[in-house]
This record gives sequence, structure tokens and C-alpha cells, in this order.
Amino acid sequence: MSLATPVLEGNRLSLARLLTQIENDSDEGRAALGELFSHTGQAHLIGVTGAPGTGKSSLVNQLARYFRNPDARQEPRRVAIVAVDPSSPFTGGAILGDRVRMRDLAGDPGVFIRSMASRGTLGGLATATSGMVQALDAAGYDLILIETVGAGQAEVDIARLAHTTLVVEAPGMGDEIQAIKAGILEIADILVVNKADRPGVENTERALRGMLQLAHPVAHRTWHHGRAEMVNAGSEEGGLDEIWQTPILRTVATEGMGIPAVGEAIIQHRQHLHGTGDWQRREHARLEAELNDLLQAELVSRWRQSVAEDLYHRTLNRLVERRISPRQAVAELIDEGKP
Amino acid sequence: MSSRKIRVLVAKPGLDGHDRGAKVVARALRDAGMEVIYTGLRQTPEMIAEAALQEDVDAVGLSILSGAHMALVPRVLDLLKSNQQDHVKIFIGGIIPDEDVPRLLEMGVVGVYGPGTLTDQIIRDIRQAVGGTVAS
Repeated sequence: MSLATPVLEGNRLSLARLLTQIENDSDEGRAALGELFSHTGQAHLIGVTGAPGTGKSSLVNQLARYFRNPDARQEPRRVAIVAVDPSSPFTGGAILGDRVRMRDLAGDPGVFIRSMASRGTLGGLATATSGMVQALDAAGYDLILIETVGAGQAEVDIARLAHTTLVVEAPGMGDEIQAIKAGILEIADILVVNKADRPGVENTERALRGMLQLAHPVAHRTWHHGRAEMVNAGSEEGGLDEIWQTPILRTVATEGMGIPAVGEAIIQHRQHLHGTGDWQRREHARLEAELNDLLQAELVSRWRQSVAEDLYHRTLNRLVERRISPRQAVAELIDEGKP
Repeated sequence: MSSRKIRVLVAKPGLDGHDRGAKVVARALRDAGMEVIYTGLRQTPEMIAEAALQEDVDAVGLSILSGAHMALVPRVLDLLKSNQQDHVKIFIGGIIPDEDVPRLLEMGVVGVYGPGTLTDQIIRDIRQAVGGTVAS
């Protein structure tokens, strides 16, 4: 029997097994996702990224607690967590240790935590993360927190998957602010300075604020003119209130300090996305990107099955002997390999 | 393209705070190409069973040095069973008196590993035990 039905009925064991099938890209997993996809699109996907050791797991733990027990104005939400840790490039093995920081969530049936290994994918996520998030979405989790591999500069895939991206920083990482300024800061919808009880928090915050102003020159200029003249593609008509001003929030995640402000910023960002139409635009862009990724993978794998093995190796040998260039090899293979 | 990795939960139930052995084993399993979910210290049997379910693991390794194994292990086994996770293989490491080993094996534990065990032995046993249940 397909796992889709029990997953929709809320069976946690079936959900766990389906996540394994999706991770292993099995035929059963593909079929079940096909059945479930029309039930997706409800969850708010929240990415949490940042350098190793900045406190991503502790922050995710606290945010899950916050959304399970929010203040009186809000209903408790069902929360799923997908935590990605790196696979060894040599053995393919992995130690997935994010649960160590999430023990507060044990015993709550409204929380589902799943660890996954990156399995060789660069970019901070794993190939199957998107499919696993779809399954959790269909299973009725309102919020899905996606914690990336400890990220440095270019691990920005999370911004494509998530509706709201949190970038976590910590004081005392000094020069590393420089290292991350180009890539990862730009994807932040919310910046969190965690470990804010440590010395140097003001410096970190100031550096981030300065960097944000450099990273968002358009928003900055808009501020001066009082009207949006050029904002992000897709919202040319928008006024000042249509530009999301990335907040910088201090937390001490191990003690829960500053967490309600982050939770509220997440809710505000969701409202902002809905209010401006950015939610739809992000969904469109995300699904288009996923379609293109899958198309590429599928086309390559189908083509590879259609091309004669000896032609492939003959061409590869000529490439190794430097008689043809890599590009010529590609052209040759695709032209001659046509069925 | 389908691929299968052995997923193992390594947990420390009970109150002893010595997790060197658990970390050594976790690292060895990692180097053997397995995906190891490490949960940290002072886990209750309920927390371990819940993690095993959510993570859909093939095996659970319990490290116990407190002497409470005859209370903790049956509890974990019962909980796995009530979660319909009978297929999950249980391994035990730590300080287990010799006379308790046969009783643990009788309960359905696949292996008991004391100090001085070669990690290769554990890896071999896990592969063998899980091999029957993992359809690759």
C-alpha cells in the first residue's frame, strides 16, 4: 500500500518511512510524493543557516518551543524540523548531531524532527531535502524549520527553498564577518546574533548593520527618496512598506533570551510576503528552479542510458589524450549519441 | 537512482555522564559509511524510541555504564515494539556484567560490547544484522 494515505491521516511511523524512501529516491517514494503533492503548499518554510557553531540547532530548538507555546494571541502550531549535517566525502558516512540540542522537544506529538546527511550535495542542503519538506508539508505541519549544514560563503540554496531565511551569527567571529559578507548575508530575511551574552556583540551587530546597508543599496536609496523607485524585480509598483527591512535580533538561544522577537519577526515576514505578493513569486521561482533541476538530472540520466557505452569511453579516452577538448567531447557525444 | 545507507541511532540512556565510548563507536560507524544520529547524554527510553521512530533507523546502539541496563533495555525494547519498530536491531555497549549478557541476548539484543571490543567487530555485526531487513 502507498504510504501517502497513512501520512495524510497523521501516522508518524508511515511519515518516517516515507522520508527514508524519499531520501533514497526509491520508486515508492516518488510515487507517494506524486500523490501527496496536491496537499502541499500550506506550510511556512523557514531556513536557518550560518557558520558552524553559531547555535543554529539551539535556536531551532527554541523557535520550535516558541511556536508550540506562543503567547495568548496565537494558536500553537505543529512544527517539523529537518536538520542537515555533512556527509564524509571519503566514506559517505555521517554523524548527525543536531538532536543533541533539541531534547526539550522530546515527547511533544506536535513536533517531528528528522536528521539528514548532505550525501555529497554542496550548497548546505541535500538533494532530497526539498522532497522531504514536501512530505512534512502534506502531513500537516504548519511550520517547517530547515537547518542547513554549517555554512560559509556560498551555501545559499536554502534561500531558494525557504520562504523565510534566518542567518545566524555569533560574536567573536571577527574576520569571518568579512568572509560571509558577499553571499550569505544577502539571503537573510532575518539576521540573528546569537550568543549575545558574549563580549563583542555590539561589534558584530554594527558590522552586520553596515554590511546590510551595503548589501541592500536599493532599499537604502528608497529610504532617501521616500518612495520606491527601484526595488526587487517583480514589485516595481511598491512603496516603502513593500521593502522588507532585514531585522538584526540578539538572542541567547541556550537560555531562550530574545526568542519571542525572532518568532514574531518570522510571523511578520510571512505576513509581509503575503501582503506584497512575494509569497506567490517565491513559490513560482522555487518550483521553476526545482523543475529545472529535475529536468536536468532526468535528461542526463536518460541520455546516459541511451548512449552506447563504447562510444562514451572512446570519447572519454580521446579527451584524456587531449585530442579533443571537454566541450568538443560533449558536442560529439550529444550529436553522435542521438538514438 | 536509488541508494541506501544504514542509519543508526547512538544514545545514552540513564544518568551516567560518560559518553567517550558512545562517541568512539559513533565515529567508527561514520567511518564505515553509516549515518549515525547521535542524541547525547541522559536520554529516557521514551526519547530514544521517539527518535528511533522519527529517524526511521535500522539499528539503535545504547551505551550504558550506570548498571541500569536490566531496567533500561527492556523498556526501550517494549517501546520500539509498541511503535511497530520490531525490526530495529539493538546493540549495547558499556559496562555489562557477564552474567547479564545471555539475558540481554535472550530479550532480543543483537550484541553486547564491553571495553576492548574492536570497532570492526561492531561494524561487521551491524551490517550482518541489518542486512536481513534492509532491502537495497
